[in-house]
Amino acid sequence: MTVQAIGHRERADVLKLLEAAGVYLAIVLLMLFNLAFTPHFATVTNLRLQLVQVAPVAIVAVGMALVIATEGIDLSVGSTMALAAALIPLYIGYGAGPAIVIGLLAGVAVGLVNGGLVAFAGIQPIIATLGLLVAGRGVALVFANGRLVELFDPTLGALGNSAVLGVPISVLVVFGVAVVAGIAMRRAAFGRRVLAIGGNRAAAALAGLPVKRTLLTVYAVSGCLAAVAGVLSTARQGASDPSFVGLLIELSAITAVVVGGTPLSGGRVRIVGTLMGALLMQLITATLIQHNLPDSTARMVQAVIIVVAVYVQRGRSRA
Amino acid sequence: MTTVANPPTESGHGARRLSPDSLAFWIRRASAPVVLAIVLLAGSVVFGGRFASALNFGNIALDSSYLLLIATGMTLVIVSGGIDLSVGSLLALSGVLTAYASRWGSLPAVLVPLGVCALFGLANGLLIGRARIAPFIVTLASLLFARGLAFAVSNEGNHVYIIPAKTVLTRLGQARLLGLATPVWFALAVFAIGLVLLNRSRFGQAVFAIGGSEEAAELMGLPVARVKILVYVLSSVLTGCAGVLVAAQTQSGLPTIGEGRELEAIAAVVIGGTLLSGGTGSLSGTLAGVLLLKVIQNLINQVGTLNAYYQQVVSGTFLIVVVLIQSRLARRRLR
Repeated sequence: MTVQAIGHRERADVLKLLEAAGVYLAIVLLMLFNLAFTPHFATVTNLRLQLVQVAPVAIVAVGMALVIATEGIDLSVGSTMALAAALIPLYIGYGAGPAIVIGLLAGVAVGLVNGGLVAFAGIQPIIATLGLLVAGRGVALVFANGRLVELFDPTLGALGNSAVLGVPISVLVVFGVAVVAGIAMRRAAFGRRVLAIGGNRAAAALAGLPVKRTLLTVYAVSGCLAAVAGVLSTARQGASDPSFVGLLIELSAITAVVVGGTPLSGGRVRIVGTLMGALLMQLITATLIQHNLPDSTARMVQAVIIVVAVYVQRGRSRA
Repeated sequence: MTTVANPPTESGHGARRLSPDSLAFWIRRASAPVVLAIVLLAGSVVFGGRFASALNFGNIALDSSYLLLIATGMTLVIVSGGIDLSVGSLLALSGVLTAYASRWGSLPAVLVPLGVCALFGLANGLLIGRARIAPFIVTLASLLFARGLAFAVSNEGNHVYIIPAKTVLTRLGQARLLGLATPVWFALAVFAIGLVLLNRSRFGQAVFAIGGSEEAAELMGLPVARVKILVYVLSSVLTGCAGVLVAAQTQSGLPTIGEGRELEAIAAVVIGGTLLSGGTGSLSGTLAGVLLLKVIQNLINQVGTLNAYYQQVVSGTFLIVVVLIQSRLARRRLR
């Protein structure tokens, strides 16, 4: 074997490594940079803040990852968050538990409508969920009469602001969701079905898989997770703010999924990668802000990161 | 693929052979104008002269003109099998740059934003056509980048640039010709050119072919990458035109405008019968889709008691219902 060939192979290996572990590598590099140059970065308070801030996006992104694995997309997640948030003050009189359950049920309902339109009516996911993106926030604003409502429920407050063994509850929820989703996708028949549908829907149907039921479930899960994120955001803010909660979160969630290595073409999914994708985008924003760069710069840097991340991973998604 | 078999010409679907496929195609395309006619009729009956007046129709036309410019480009993009999410942000960026550059005169105020938008389109096109990254991702990134740039130029949104009154530029947005505002005429002219381009030119045929099957188009020797680049440049430049006109009309450039415009444009295109899967669609359908969205918005505004939140509920539900009806009808005829 010639030297040139070995050099070539090494380069291929580096590319492969970048493809497989690009997000993790980027996070490590960013952490090292921050440890070296950002004052007060490596404090428990700051790290905890970053995790708490990324929690809603991470939760929504896990649901989005499942939807994207079926070759779909869910644009309605932000509006679903708003809907769950708007319902809480209406039912908080019955206690925090029932109010939260109703919020989550609303999320499932939105998901079922999405899933029904996609699975049974055969409407393209982007259009079906676009309809609910527009209508969902409208319904939320109608419920709330467009107002922000402050909430003083102690249980809800605890959900938003307390921690177990030093770990904030919202972060625990992220871990719980990710573990369940990871097991469902890797070990359960459900995961196989989702990936089969995303890989080739017609073939999955011909193979006798319950395509419609699975799609319905996936969108319902995405809606429910969005509602969870809406509840957590509301609890943390101590207020239900349907005008702004979850605004444009669909874009952050899709970004997290894609940066995490899940191709939009379906048939493949990476749950841990998705969490890391969300964390990476959060850390980039935090780093830039802590170095006094304005929000506009943060957006432009994020844009470049998205393109670079997907370009690097492009080999795998086409393979 | 059946989509490729669909005749791409405006008149080609004809009644020569009523195969179920062409019928489904016809229904998909004709449903938007039919619904538009019904809605116009119903609006005139219910609201009378308040709705069916020259003044109100003029307002609807002006409101539609910006969306029509964007949706014309979006139709090309979607027919080619892609999507362009960056248009809402580009609209804002173009408006901000117009207002910023208006200090140097009217010509730079038009050329600077259009040039920058063309660069965005070129970047989109190169990344999609040459680097082969998914259009959704590329244009999502430019959505972020363009919005960031718009805010950066206007000092994080704290500075609103004002366009001096009574210049050539403001006349571009505010003058009237035969009772209609200039943006309306401009949008109609662009639309007409788009019709010819998509249906009567080699470029248009290539766009349809690429959307139908990129592999086949490549094997036929079509310059796939070049056509795609041109499609995205056109989409960005047309959005840039809309941004210039909006800024000229309002005499200012706001970095916050246009959020969600990409979704509105996509909705108009889809309501007009163009399939997101590419390879089939029509610009005349898009015109009907644009008008339909704007007429509905106007009608909701006519009901003074209905608050703004219901508008969103109605718009969203309406989009779903139209698409649902289209797919139902098309499927029934197919059986």
